[in-house]
Amino acid sequence: MPATLIFYLFATVLILAALMVISARNPVHAVLFLILCFFNAAGLFVLQGAEFLAMLLVIVYVGAVAVLFLFVVMMLDIDFKQLRQGFVRYLPLGALVGAVLLIEIGMMAVHWPTMAGAAAQTPAPAALGNAEAIGAVLYTKYWLPFQVAGLVLLVAMVGAICLTLRDRGQVVRQNVSVQMNRKRSDVIEIKKVPTGQGISDGGMA
Amino acid sequence: MLSDIAVQYLPILVFLAVALGVALAASGLSFVLAKQKPDPEKVSAYECGFEAFSDARRRFDVRFYLVAILFIIFDLEVAFLFPWSVSLFEGGVAAFWSVMIFLGVLTIGFIYEWKKGALEWE
Amino acid sequence: MVQIVVYALLAVAIIIPVLVGVAYLTYAERRVLAAMQMRKGPNVVGPFGLLQPIADGVKLLGKETIIPAGADMVLFIGAPILTFFLALSAWAVIPFDAKLVLADINVGILYLFAISSLGVYGIIIAGWASNSKYSFLGSLRSAAQMVSYEVSIGLVMITVLLCVGSLNLGKIIEAQREGWFVFRLFAPDGWAVGVPLLFPMAVVFFISALAETNRHPFDLPEGESELVGGFNTEYSSMSFALFFLGEYANMILLSAMTSILFLGGWLPPHDSVAFVPGFIWFALKIAAVLFVFLWVRAALPRYRYDQLMRIGWKFFLPVSLVWVVVVAAWQLFLMGPPA
Repeated sequence: MPATLIFYLFATVLILAALMVISARNPVHAVLFLILCFFNAAGLFVLQGAEFLAMLLVIVYVGAVAVLFLFVVMMLDIDFKQLRQGFVRYLPLGALVGAVLLIEIGMMAVHWPTMAGAAAQTPAPAALGNAEAIGAVLYTKYWLPFQVAGLVLLVAMVGAICLTLRDRGQVVRQNVSVQMNRKRSDVIEIKKVPTGQGISDGGMA
Repeated sequence: MLSDIAVQYLPILVFLAVALGVALAASGLSFVLAKQKPDPEKVSAYECGFEAFSDARRRFDVRFYLVAILFIIFDLEVAFLFPWSVSLFEGGVAAFWSVMIFLGVLTIGFIYEWKKGALEWE
Repeated sequence: MVQIVVYALLAVAIIIPVLVGVAYLTYAERRVLAAMQMRKGPNVVGPFGLLQPIADGVKLLGKETIIPAGADMVLFIGAPILTFFLALSAWAVIPFDAKLVLADINVGILYLFAISSLGVYGIIIAGWASNSKYSFLGSLRSAAQMVSYEVSIGLVMITVLLCVGSLNLGKIIEAQREGWFVFRLFAPDGWAVGVPLLFPMAVVFFISALAETNRHPFDLPEGESELVGGFNTEYSSMSFALFFLGEYANMILLSAMTSILFLGGWLPPHDSVAFVPGFIWFALKIAAVLFVFLWVRAALPRYRYDQLMRIGWKFFLPVSLVWVVVVAAWQLFLMGPPA
């Protein structure tokens, strides 16, 4: 009984928050509702016993991805009124994509029982913890997707740098090794000044 | 019925509720106890002796986004390493080299960003 | 139902000591700083000034909450509540003694990592909601700083986990029975001497913890000389107090994490003193780490922002990444599986 109750609590809040994401006027509020969605999804994962996934969802999506989203909507000077003008024009396309997704999810739900065979192939995580079970297969049996994930991250890193990095021209930067390796003899010249005569070039050798 | 793992999280759920209650109560109490008397000068944004020139929410240095993106990538890298760190001996040498290749690929990216000066601030 | 009430009472039993700890950490900070600067510090309210934190709390409670004109009211009030809530919520999984833990979950260390990665939200939201340049700039800097150091914290955790083989906090502590990870000498079979493999990581972790909590010498988000008060410029009354308490609760939390990961948590330093209960050792270790937090504040000047980012990305990140490889290879090829 409590399991169903908690499930419906998380699921209801998840759906309501998802609705708020697309209906909130202020984009910052939309992102915050998205974060609420992530939390409820993590709660659902925990209910299924997938605690490792739940934590990763919070660490990666809430702790990192949503931070970037917030940065973008808070700081990019997007004119949201202008964006909204195109709403009607893009509505058919958006509706089409939404419909395709809905049909896909519907088909998955209908055929769910027949997919039980797939579950049988995965190792029974009874004795192992979540993370141990993943670790036992991810790096050896599923090494190819794992390496592909690494390559995707590499592409993302290079792409981010290409898109955002600008040469800033004249800036002063601290070069630590130069500072640390500077010797006294490089910067100070000691001259012996005879009393009462001074230095002929005004001391600026 | 709750699964074995979910049962372990019940105290956390209760704890979070209590903690949220404490935080809300502390914040709410000051509204109850203290006299609220705002006036235009009091509620104006802080500035050094003049009216604020512009709205504070404005365009910002693009490097903050770059930091956020690089953080996502390295955070994911760490996330990929967690299962490995607890199953080091089960996976054995094969898993070790698999992870080394993964880290090697990301190190290439890291060297690239270093050389490009993406990590430079002034 | 009874179970839930019991959990709630236990939660209160954890939260109250944490809050008392936070209150007296502020007092300890002022006294320790004062002693290091040859001053007296607060000594008027109550014996030795011991009632000072309570007096401060009552004062802040009685102040008016000023909400700036352009502010987003809900988020403006919500941000400090969120910060404080997150600082408290991590304590649900902290083991205080061998059997003394509210929720003994399998992935305790991930839970702590997740909670600490959420800390940026309170600050970003506060900076944005206040609609003040100083708050916004302070919050941005703070967020960039926190995420930068989180990567190295994650990698340091990996190195420790490689030596433990479990994500459970209790097991991480139990694995240190033969020696705390700070000083443990990892000696492969047949080696006369071991190598303090995790000592450098303990140092990296502690310095990252300083940056993660926005403490000196990395307290740029509230650099008074350039940003007035940083993200909490516009805050007053209890909202300000909640940020303040949240910051100090985070300090205690990261000290607790340092003790769990490197100082053996509730383990006694030696078997001869094992009659003293574990939670006392845990508290003492937390206090020792906190003292270093305060000591650093008294001793070191503030960093510049470019220096801060350079240490995070160009020093800690590569070093801890290399160390992950070194520790893994050492464990796998030289040490063999733990008994």
